[in-house]
Amino acid sequence: MLDAYPTITLLSLLTYPALHLGKKDYMDLAIHTEKLARVYKLRGSKKEEAKELVALRDINLDVRRGELFGLLGPNGAGKTTLIKILTTLLAPSSGVARVAGYDVAAEPEKVRPRINMVSGGESSGYGLLTVRENLWMFAQFYGIPSKLANERIKQLLEIVRMSDRMNTKSSDLSTGLRQKMNIVRGFLTDPEVLFLDEPTLGLDVEASMDVRNFVRGWMEGNRDRTLLLTTHYMVEADELCDRVAIINGGQVLACDTPANLKRQLQRDVIYRMEVSPLNGLQPEALEALGGVRKVSHEPKDGAAVLELILAEDDALGSVVNTLTGKDIHILNLQKREPSLEDVFVNLVGHSMKEAESGADGSSS
Amino acid sequence: MALTDRVPKNSGWRLFLQTVVGRAYPRIIGLLRELSWFFFEVFLPVLSVAAYVFIYRAIGAPDVYIGFVVMGGAMTAFWLNILWSMSSQMYWEKQTGNLALYIMAPNSLMAILLGMAFGGLFSTGLRALVITLVGTLLFDVSFEVSNYLLLFAVFMLTMVALYGLGMMTASLFLLLNREAWHYANLAQEPVYLASGFYFPIKSLDFWIAAGASFIPLTLGMDAMRQLSFSGGTELGFLPVQTELAILAGLCVVFLIGARWLLGYMERLAVREGRLTESRR
Ligand SMILES: Nc1ncnc2c1ncn2[C@@H]1O[C@H](COP(=O)(O)OP(=O)(O)OP(=O)(O)O)[C@@H](O)[C@H]1O
Ligand SMILES: [Mg+2]
Repeated sequence: MLDAYPTITLLSLLTYPALHLGKKDYMDLAIHTEKLARVYKLRGSKKEEAKELVALRDINLDVRRGELFGLLGPNGAGKTTLIKILTTLLAPSSGVARVAGYDVAAEPEKVRPRINMVSGGESSGYGLLTVRENLWMFAQFYGIPSKLANERIKQLLEIVRMSDRMNTKSSDLSTGLRQKMNIVRGFLTDPEVLFLDEPTLGLDVEASMDVRNFVRGWMEGNRDRTLLLTTHYMVEADELCDRVAIINGGQVLACDTPANLKRQLQRDVIYRMEVSPLNGLQPEALEALGGVRKVSHEPKDGAAVLELILAEDDALGSVVNTLTGKDIHILNLQKREPSLEDVFVNLVGHSMKEAESGADGSSS
Repeated sequence: MALTDRVPKNSGWRLFLQTVVGRAYPRIIGLLRELSWFFFEVFLPVLSVAAYVFIYRAIGAPDVYIGFVVMGGAMTAFWLNILWSMSSQMYWEKQTGNLALYIMAPNSLMAILLGMAFGGLFSTGLRALVITLVGTLLFDVSFEVSNYLLLFAVFMLTMVALYGLGMMTASLFLLLNREAWHYANLAQEPVYLASGFYFPIKSLDFWIAAGASFIPLTLGMDAMRQLSFSGGTELGFLPVQTELAILAGLCVVFLIGARWLLGYMERLAVREGRLTESRR
């Protein structure tokens, strides 16, 4: 006791700055990135000078252990690129990324035993193996004893209601069942940090719900496990995630709990308005009106849907006047609570759908 | 054990071994599960063997040539396995997304490739055996093995060197995309010729035979023929002992080369973002 006292004081004195600024913080965080960037070299036609595409720029993220963290963004936002870097499959062009306390570029061998990843629509494994055999094989690659692996496979398949498919060849599975198998593969190895890239891509409502329920249940039962998922479904991010980072064009625009993100819009009023086709009226014209903050527009067969974010209720009057002045009829009007979609519109200036059609047009 | 309990995981040599077994498994189980291989991979080689047998009989070649051809026909199975299930396999693994999962897992890629090699060796060995049996019965081949132990040693060294070469080329295929298929195709027929699958390589120009010797099957097959048939020694390219020594050298070079090249290619692929098939 007598010996220990001065030692501790000395040690903590010596290490305090280091602990405070460095190592300890990283170890507490499941994911930590600093000024992370990735540039792809595009190999175009010959002779042409090589073009570059900035997929991620200046990403600073901290995810605590035990968090269910969501990356929300449209196609081409850089979500998959970020996941690839965090899972040691892609080197950062600059900046640092740490997962489970280790630098992904410098110490991938320390990171790999602690992580796993599942992507939506992946076709991993071998079609001639059964569901059980495929899962068993991947468990072997993580050094899980065979007997324990089989036990866990049974338990996990039961939870996703696939016990009856244990001995089905994986080539005979439907898309939804296949994806459930992939998800089970991710949880099977009990990773400290699990990455799910669009886990519900292409699934029907019921299968998506199964997957979400499973994820939620898992996080409740494993408080020290961290999960990062990407999605471009707003509802999924909203319902599931403790915190969400909204990402667009390779940049993080906002990062907070869904409730806090929406609270920024609390003082705004949001209307969803279904109108007859716009007859050439630009949504920007509406944004120019006093009290109108953001307008997003989405054509819908024979009609159009306008999402209006207004600074105050009164602004609705001038919107209605402008519309009727252009001979546009209002078919339906709803006032509603702010959603993450509105947060996105507010940050980016247009809806995620619009962002995606724009991104497609410019990059293909 | 409850689902939420922490899962104990092996590391080090246990993990390495588990990975090898895990990756060999689908190869071996696939052999038993899809019996269509029997037609394509036994019947077709036997057909080419038959063609050569008829030619050799028509021109009155010595009987030992018939044995040579049957053995060559059986050994083609190994070359096909190296081309299509080791080297270009990496391209398929990349397409299905398996490659990314292999690299992300805590195992070494060397263990994955060893698993592929063992699985391939087992299933191909079975094929080669069946081709040999069918050919022997059909064309009345008589073996006269002078030294079983030496024959076994030559075969094993040939296999180690061959699959070492396969692992090395597999790492080159890590970076290839669709063109992978063409390269594998390109290597198929010329090697049949240069390695002397259907005739003794002694009948080739010395320097062509020497050049082809970097493919372990060339010398391996030559030595096996010398050891398996009476009158085989006269048709041998180099003395068996010399061929054995060269094969041993190839084993070392290819295995070390594979290990080094795999590490290098993996780092390169991670830097360039080529572990997954690019989407456009
Ligand atoms: N291997 C690559 N080579 C060149 N450019 C790439 C490569 N992979 C991705 N990109 C580009 O980088 C940008 C970000 O892509 P990324 O796949 O990270 O987006 P994402 O957010 O996952 O999109 P999605 O919702 O469509 O999956 C895109 O513009 C994409 O075209
Ligand atoms: Mg993606």
